[in-house]
Amino acid sequence: MTTTEPAPEETEERPIGFGNLLRKEDPRLIRGMGNFVDDIQLPGMLHLAILRSPMAHAKINSIDKSAAEAHPKVVAVITGEDLAAQGLAWMPTLSNDVQAVLATDKVRFQHQEVAFVVAEDRYSARDALELIEVDYEWVDPVIDVRKAMDADSPVIRDDLEGKADNHIFDWETGDEAATQAVFDSADVVVKEEIIYPRVHPAPMETCGCVADVERVSGQLTLWSTTQAPHAHRTVYALVAGLPEHKIRVIAPDIGGGFGNKVPIYPGYVCAIVASLVIGKPVKWMEDRTENLVSTGFARDYVMEGEIAATKEGKILAIRTNVLADHGAFNGVAAPTKYPAGFFGVFTGSYDLEAAYCKMQAVYTNKAPGGVAYACSFRITEAVYLVERIVDCLAYELGMDSAELRLKNFIQPDQFPYESKTGWVYDSGDYEPAMRKAMEMAGYDELRREQAEKREKGELMGIGISFFTEAVGAGPRKDMDILGLGMADGCELRIHPTGKAVVRLSVKTQGQGHETTFAQIVAEEIGIPPEDIEVIHGDTDNTPFGLGTYGSRSTPVSGAAAALVTRKVRDKAQIIASGMLEVSVADLEWNKGSFSVKGDPSKSVTIQDIAMKAHGAGDLPDGIEGGLEAQICYNPENLTYPFGAYICVVDIDPGTAVVKVRRFIAVDDCGTQINPMIIEGQVHGGLADGVGMAMMEMIAFDEDGNCLGGSLMDYLIPTALETPDWETGHTVTPSPHHPIGAKGIGESATVGSPPAVVNAIVDALKPYGIRHADMPLTPSRVWETMQGNHTPPI
Amino acid sequence: MQVPAPFEYERATSVEHAISLRERLGEEARFIAGGHSLLPMMKLRLANPEYLIDINDCEELFYIREEAGEIRIGAMTRHRELLDSDLLQQHFPIFRDAEEVIADPVVRNRGTLGGSLCQADPSEDLSAVCTTLDASCVIKSTSGERVVSMHDFHVGPYETAVGDAEMLTEIRIPLKPNGSSAYEKVERRAGDWAVVSAGAAVWMDGGTIAEGRVGLAAVGANTTGIGPVSDVLRGATPSEELYQQAGDIAAANCSPQTDQRGSAEYKTHLAMELTKRALRRSVARATGQEA
Repeated sequence: MTTTEPAPEETEERPIGFGNLLRKEDPRLIRGMGNFVDDIQLPGMLHLAILRSPMAHAKINSIDKSAAEAHPKVVAVITGEDLAAQGLAWMPTLSNDVQAVLATDKVRFQHQEVAFVVAEDRYSARDALELIEVDYEWVDPVIDVRKAMDADSPVIRDDLEGKADNHIFDWETGDEAATQAVFDSADVVVKEEIIYPRVHPAPMETCGCVADVERVSGQLTLWSTTQAPHAHRTVYALVAGLPEHKIRVIAPDIGGGFGNKVPIYPGYVCAIVASLVIGKPVKWMEDRTENLVSTGFARDYVMEGEIAATKEGKILAIRTNVLADHGAFNGVAAPTKYPAGFFGVFTGSYDLEAAYCKMQAVYTNKAPGGVAYACSFRITEAVYLVERIVDCLAYELGMDSAELRLKNFIQPDQFPYESKTGWVYDSGDYEPAMRKAMEMAGYDELRREQAEKREKGELMGIGISFFTEAVGAGPRKDMDILGLGMADGCELRIHPTGKAVVRLSVKTQGQGHETTFAQIVAEEIGIPPEDIEVIHGDTDNTPFGLGTYGSRSTPVSGAAAALVTRKVRDKAQIIASGMLEVSVADLEWNKGSFSVKGDPSKSVTIQDIAMKAHGAGDLPDGIEGGLEAQICYNPENLTYPFGAYICVVDIDPGTAVVKVRRFIAVDDCGTQINPMIIEGQVHGGLADGVGMAMMEMIAFDEDGNCLGGSLMDYLIPTALETPDWETGHTVTPSPHHPIGAKGIGESATVGSPPAVVNAIVDALKPYGIRHADMPLTPSRVWETMQGNHTPPI
Repeated sequence: MQVPAPFEYERATSVEHAISLRERLGEEARFIAGGHSLLPMMKLRLANPEYLIDINDCEELFYIREEAGEIRIGAMTRHRELLDSDLLQQHFPIFRDAEEVIADPVVRNRGTLGGSLCQADPSEDLSAVCTTLDASCVIKSTSGERVVSMHDFHVGPYETAVGDAEMLTEIRIPLKPNGSSAYEKVERRAGDWAVVSAGAAVWMDGGTIAEGRVGLAAVGANTTGIGPVSDVLRGATPSEELYQQAGDIAAANCSPQTDQRGSAEYKTHLAMELTKRALRRSVARATGQEA
């Protein structure tokens, strides 16, 4: 259960700028008046359903679609062969691999797309799938990631010329030799295999689209569940050969994304092709099972972690060897030069002498993805590794886990801090955040209580996680996706009456952009947020940019919004100087008006200036009419938010049922724009963390059947598994961001799983337990207590 | 949205009407009560009935009453009514224990006792409750009615003794003096099916147990009454040793499978642990000692 707090007063306190403000988007969403993709109804619209493979690995010998085509309400049945004739059977992934739109030669994961039916209604489309006969020929699947590179392992990607194994890439970072030298001379070395299982973003709204190709003009309008409408438009242009100016991608209200809606899925392409061929609008909406079994998963890293330290507890080096399961197609969404995302920040919040990571990524017969679930480009895995291995070290040293962390933090005077893997942390002040969390938790008292309980045989655990993220991708000199630089545009227009419209390249999926971005503009120009309309998610009506994921909206687009507003304000100042007949230098800005220095009675408001900018009469020399501007912001660096989390659990020794009693979260995301929205994002991420730590996992049987095809099988937590969240914050502004803000969207998802796992493992200390892998279901906890802990994969 | 295959729909207005429809439409017809098991299965196309006979208008099946030395519950009585019933709470607090951990309020507002028993899911909680309480089931057809024990009602996973032209109409639970009961469940998450659950009921004779029963869910092909437990409880004086002995017997008499909810070893352990706890609580209630 989350803490219920009264809604903030909305009367005189309503801020013009930063502060608590009820979300502008909520009145329509709470009243059920949102407009989601599945709400789109167009005249003559047809419905598309996808036939999926029942097997994980099989040759397709033949497909007979005649019975389906004979169904009275079926308009078209399309197979991979049909697409191949148009050169559309394969499409690029976000990692320069290719993925089958519809399988032609072979299916490579269970539930892979094999054919689609377009029919007059959704029921008929689904019914007709049953009428398609596919002759499959079994091929042994590769399910165990550890066996993917065995010499006798079947080759999954025989579509790639010359491919003789299941290898995707090797990647390394850090200094292997220097790290080895530190390990060789260290007092203490601890090694542990740490697994982050495959999990699903599981947004409430599944993926889908409505494609409408206008026959005469060739204009494609695509209403789509996308977190990145502009990037998708460009990819469609490149894949389908449609001219980019004839493509309009609209992301209407989006019911949660968490990274699930970053990739382009075969279903989107199928709907576009169907509309192109048939000449009518076509809707495709996944059902829940399709979403869980076929769309972008997250994690799936087997990490061998090692930590070297002095016997006094000074951490010297961290080393890791990672085996990454990418499924059947490499669909990771990460900047091109970062095949492992930002996993390189696995050195965490600690000042090390050396670090090294080696990674191998492989194909298996599982759904592709590897993007998602609020992972900040693999920082989730990195933070889990470092925070778990640090706790293993504390266990071996017999040291308090808080004390060990405090002893090793990067110090405030070391920022900007370049890590041993080359990441430049912009700002940080870790100890106050840690101390604040410990104070809120009553840490010393909790440890006393724990000691008393252990005397009585009761199991109580206290888990700490201290994380640093690297978010806001990113500087275009380093970061692109499919060649598109990760900069974002923003456009601001002030209307004659002083109301404004700001257009963003990013897209909310629930984060509250319509409120937060209005507040950023309001803070810079003094127009109340309710007078500022935020337009986003429509490629025809917003400037280009790469979209919302990886906690990048505020670090990148938020900066763009602040800077474009400053640009407008600069122009407003010149106009004001004309209106007040003084020089620009003699004006001072008082959030919403310019006044003459030394004579506050002589002033003009931004609304007065807006009317003047659009009105009659001369403007100062060289100034055009209107009051608007557009910019494209290229971030100088990532931002590095951080936080200190403490979790308290109790375990029933008889049933091994874990109860999360308390969770304290102190976050530092720099300057806070809307603390209430930040807290909401933190609450959501903490619930995510409890879910991953205790129940979530996409499991497969040995034949590659996905065992998590419904929300009865793939569990996500409810209010009953989650405690009252106790949140707090410190503020360490980013030095390079125009308003000092850092990303917050994923902090809690990244930071909370290790806190929960560390708490459970700490509770099991009397059993001599140093490590246990997620998901820590009652059964897995009990087996750990029996000394029978087995890895989940 | 998951969509079911085509089916036809009839709405029965009485038990007699329902049975006659079933008789006419045959084995491809299914009754639909609360629908919270059948509809998801139809949407997943795991169940594809040709006809649904909606029995939500059979008003004569909504009741909980005391009659002829029994508590009699109409098959359409919803979880919510079982949860709220003071009559049940007075005689069989096991119902409220179980209902508090069955699914969620949305399901409880629609799902029914009869539907739960007829679904015959081995993990289903009310089946374990009825097994624990030695309930019997009234099955009607055009030719009359028959009464079968819970033991005979479930003939296998998802299979019952109810024939194609028959309908479960009532559940009867015998009333005996000085009894109480309790239910214990371990689930991975609120609203999930049981990893294992255990029901216990005892009827006291002064300081000793006159009769005791234990029923388990999710440890075999059906919810299971553990007969040998009743043998050791009969005439015994309650003690921790007795509960342990009963728990050990329960563990030895179940055959769980390893699955996503837990390993067979863990479930066997839970059969022991939860049997102990349910018995302990039943006795405490029966003797007025529950904290």
